[in-house]
Amino acid sequence: MAAIEAEGLVKIYGGSKKSKEVRALDGVDLAVPEGTILGLLGPNGAGKTTAVRVLTTLLKPDAGTASVLGLDVVHKATAVRRLIGLSGQYAAVDENLTGRENLVMVGRLYHMGKATAEQRAGELLEEFALTDAADRPSKTYSGGMRRRLDLAAALVVKPPVIFLDEPTTGLDPRTRIAMWDVIAGLVKGGTTLLLTTQYLEEADRLADSIVVVDHGKVIARGTADELKAQIGGERLQIVVSDADRLAEAAELLGRMGTGEARVHQQSREILVPVAGGAQLLVEAIRQLDGVGIKIDDVALRRPTLDDVFMQLTGRPAEEESDAASDEGLEREEAAR
Amino acid sequence: MSSDTLAPPVPPGGGGPATALHDAWVVTLRNLRRMTRIPEMVVFSSIQPIMFVLLFAYVFGGAIPVPGAEGNTAYREFLLPGIFVQTLAFTAATTSVGLADDLHKGLIDRFRSLPISRSAVLAGRTTADWLQNLFVLLVMAACGLVVGWRIHDGFLKAVAGFVVLMLFAYAMSWIGATIGLSVRTVEAANTIGFIWIFPLTFLSNAFVPARKISPQWLQNVADWNPVSSTVQSLRGLWGNPDGYVGPKNMPWPIEHATWVSLFWSVLILAVFIPLSVRKYRSVSA
Repeated sequence: MAAIEAEGLVKIYGGSKKSKEVRALDGVDLAVPEGTILGLLGPNGAGKTTAVRVLTTLLKPDAGTASVLGLDVVHKATAVRRLIGLSGQYAAVDENLTGRENLVMVGRLYHMGKATAEQRAGELLEEFALTDAADRPSKTYSGGMRRRLDLAAALVVKPPVIFLDEPTTGLDPRTRIAMWDVIAGLVKGGTTLLLTTQYLEEADRLADSIVVVDHGKVIARGTADELKAQIGGERLQIVVSDADRLAEAAELLGRMGTGEARVHQQSREILVPVAGGAQLLVEAIRQLDGVGIKIDDVALRRPTLDDVFMQLTGRPAEEESDAASDEGLEREEAAR
Repeated sequence: MSSDTLAPPVPPGGGGPATALHDAWVVTLRNLRRMTRIPEMVVFSSIQPIMFVLLFAYVFGGAIPVPGAEGNTAYREFLLPGIFVQTLAFTAATTSVGLADDLHKGLIDRFRSLPISRSAVLAGRTTADWLQNLFVLLVMAACGLVVGWRIHDGFLKAVAGFVVLMLFAYAMSWIGATIGLSVRTVEAANTIGFIWIFPLTFLSNAFVPARKISPQWLQNVADWNPVSSTVQSLRGLWGNPDGYVGPKNMPWPIEHATWVSLFWSVLILAVFIPLSVRKYRSVSA
């Protein structure tokens, strides 16, 4: 039995005369085996947060079923709440309370005795390097500290199943990497974790398996390696010195590749899927040199999840216009 | 990181009323602690009623005669119960702003993902607001004593008055809870509060003897207004002038003010507690 299971989840927002119907979840199936990390990957507005809200009993699905450790999230909601920890996209800590008070309060709400709750709060503050700031109101914390506190609040009872909704969104790169270490540490002891992210690198780095969602539908699933394999082998990446000869170079490289060459005018970069490894790289350089095209940079790289996403959806994972449509979705959610 | 998992202990009382009380109390303490962290909140919430007492007492006091009462302090004695009720009616806004804020900041999501009773967050909020009100009421009463307001009819009736008043305040708080969970922003919660509470408190006998409001239907509304019956109940219990000059001049809901006020408070609680708990169960930020 998987620790987290979902079958055919559907959640529809709006649909009244005034607003267009939004299918935030449109038949999502998930299964997270115990002790593994599932990365739920997708752009803003793909339905990641809605999925987490359903799985954590905050939202009732319009169709489909979901369970955590075999308990139905709708019919056994209270029992499910005893087994899960949730750390949301917006750090939900009480900014007027100190870090310690926040954690003690959560412990008390899990019906721990006062002394136990205080002891546990102390342990967590230590683990998340918040001891020095423990007795300051959390509104004085930095973004990274707040996230750590929020995560600590999700771990007060050492729940067997943890949901993290975009745990690193808005953090600077250094803090993000520190957060990854914290998250990776969580699963060492058999905790099951579902993590949503819009950062491909994050899913690649943390998740045992990945589910890619877009417009409420699962569009791909597998391990990071499987997903990369699915879209073919390596990419040849070449930066041409002279922008005028970009098209010429792209045509030449296109003939050598296994798929269409993608050209970025601004960066003078050509990206083409290839098979043939280092030998082909040498051949490409020789041919370009033969017609006198100078190159600034050349690399042979394995596909990233960015390439996967581009291939699956025809657009990059992080896209400006999507932020706008996500706001639309949030308004729909608020309208509920 | 320690790795063993640990299911939370089964709650005391097995999830019954004892658990609900425990959960509500934890949330109450959290809200009270916020008040001590933002002391200006408490200070301002008491300054405003004090200002009202002083402004009404000294600015309007001379111009508003209270039928059946004479002397310098007649209007002040008349006024104080009105100010008490008005101030506590605004608890509704305090409660809705507090909840809207929690909702906006994601705290309600956090609470809803915890295995706590469904009423705990709302009960904790309204209880904390109630305790803050008790404090504000004591400040106002002290201020009233200074300007000449008195309780004339003994200890038991004095206490009875405070019970009627604080029950009314608690009922208003639950109306606020429903509103707070229904609006999307703190600003909206605040504005909406003013829009309905101001007319509610002014269309009453709180500040002027309400016997000659016209048209007649408006008079009827004022007579049946829970604010009017609550104010009248206090004036009756505390022996303060009420401007009606005897029961024969009183409309029915004013003559039976204490019972009408209690009826209103219980009715409001009976409607708005289930309503707001239902909202809470499905609310999303």
